[in-house]
Amino acid sequence: MHNQLGRNLAQMLKGGVIMDVVTAEHARIAEKTGAVAVMALERVPADIRAAGGVARMSDPTKIKEIQNAVTIPVMAKCRIGHFVEAQVLEVLEVDFIDESEVLTPADEEFHIDKTKFKAPFVCGCRDLGEALRRIAEGAAMIRTKGEAGSGNIVEAIRHIRAVKSGIEELKKLLQTKNIKKLKEKAKEYKVPYELILKTAQLGRLPVVNFAAGGIATPADAALCMQLGVDGVFVGSGIFKSSDPAKMARAIVDATAHFNDSGKIAKASENLGEAMKGQEISLLETKMAER
Amino acid sequence: MKKIGVLAFHGDVVEHIEVTKKAAKNLRLDIEVIPVRTKNSLRNLNALIIPGGESTTLHKLCQRENMWEDMKRIKNIFGTCAGTIMLAKTIHHKTLDQETLELMDIEIDRNAYGRQTESFEKNIKTSLGRMHAVFIRAPKIKKAGKDVKILARSEREIIACEQKTGDNYYLATCFHPELTSTMFHEYFIKKIYQI
Repeated sequence: MHNQLGRNLAQMLKGGVIMDVVTAEHARIAEKTGAVAVMALERVPADIRAAGGVARMSDPTKIKEIQNAVTIPVMAKCRIGHFVEAQVLEVLEVDFIDESEVLTPADEEFHIDKTKFKAPFVCGCRDLGEALRRIAEGAAMIRTKGEAGSGNIVEAIRHIRAVKSGIEELKKLLQTKNIKKLKEKAKEYKVPYELILKTAQLGRLPVVNFAAGGIATPADAALCMQLGVDGVFVGSGIFKSSDPAKMARAIVDATAHFNDSGKIAKASENLGEAMKGQEISLLETKMAER
Repeated sequence: MKKIGVLAFHGDVVEHIEVTKKAAKNLRLDIEVIPVRTKNSLRNLNALIIPGGESTTLHKLCQRENMWEDMKRIKNIFGTCAGTIMLAKTIHHKTLDQETLELMDIEIDRNAYGRQTESFEKNIKTSLGRMHAVFIRAPKIKKAGKDVKILARSEREIIACEQKTGDNYYLATCFHPELTSTMFHEYFIKKIYQI
């Protein structure tokens, strides 16, 4: 598999919170409250939704400012299929490139061939097939898409469960030595059989898998963790809340102690207002479908 | 039976737990390996492993749990990458409020090789034997005191070392032995058992 070192970096991020940040000041708050990495972008997803128009890679100046502000890893987003934006991000030495549905897709047919890059990639997924296709293209880390900027956890949960049930299915097929069916799955998912087999043997994705898209409270983060993801991305949930530093710290605490309901309760106290959030059926754009 | 804790807030915790169990099995020793997230779970530990991850985050979560002083009293500690930063007396390129346990007489430079595109893997020679080593946004040990024994160097940089202070024993690596080998974990366990 491609980019072993990128997959290793993702392993070091496990159990942590990766926060969307727009400014150097945001990045400093993220680092101070315990984020394991930050995602540099021009607007948080909720604002991308509100602004409309085409959302693109950040201005390199912005990314450099954020890189200079913190010592933790800095990630940045490029548009799906936009391999030149990815080249730019690689030159800027971002630690991870997120080929993200939060930005307006550049290519409706092809994702970036990630094996051509030294910088590792993280990609979104809604189910096992999508996750494995991205891994086959060279992704070193996966995240569920959820519905970014919605403040609503329901889509992230749907995607976490879909990946899980897909893996359970592969595991069962392997246990009953149904190789024919496993090979059919490889065809159905359009991925190499070896990747299907490896996933079935491991009983999990062969790369680290975080939750993303809709996490707005400490309990949301812990819910994803208890469902078995390796860590969480929080986008608008922090800097669209009434007290970002408090919310950030609380989400870090709840993620680290995700099995300790006493600690999650304590982390949830007195946070002020969480981001407003929206009903999924009322959203004009469903980013996850990209 | 001895009990080894792995600091489990974040990082490659599962990898350390698995490799520690494997190392114990290789040595035919019955060892309990537990994840540590609270002050309580630090009690009665014979040893602690601090995994790879972000040293800033690990420091904060330990502080919030009020574990810091109790950690310093643990007799045997093994740190890898971020764990090594936490053991060091002095750090360069730390964040504003970052503290360390100050248990090993070493000076360490965080992210000294650069960002992720500068991460690398290579075969190394250590006084324990040869192995494949993975360096992820690794720190560099800039200086080591006279009580620190160097276990491996790579292009003149110190990449693994140990220190015995009275009854206490500390082991530190800039790379991630938990990803490729049981060698360092076996060595650490032998030190705990004094064999």
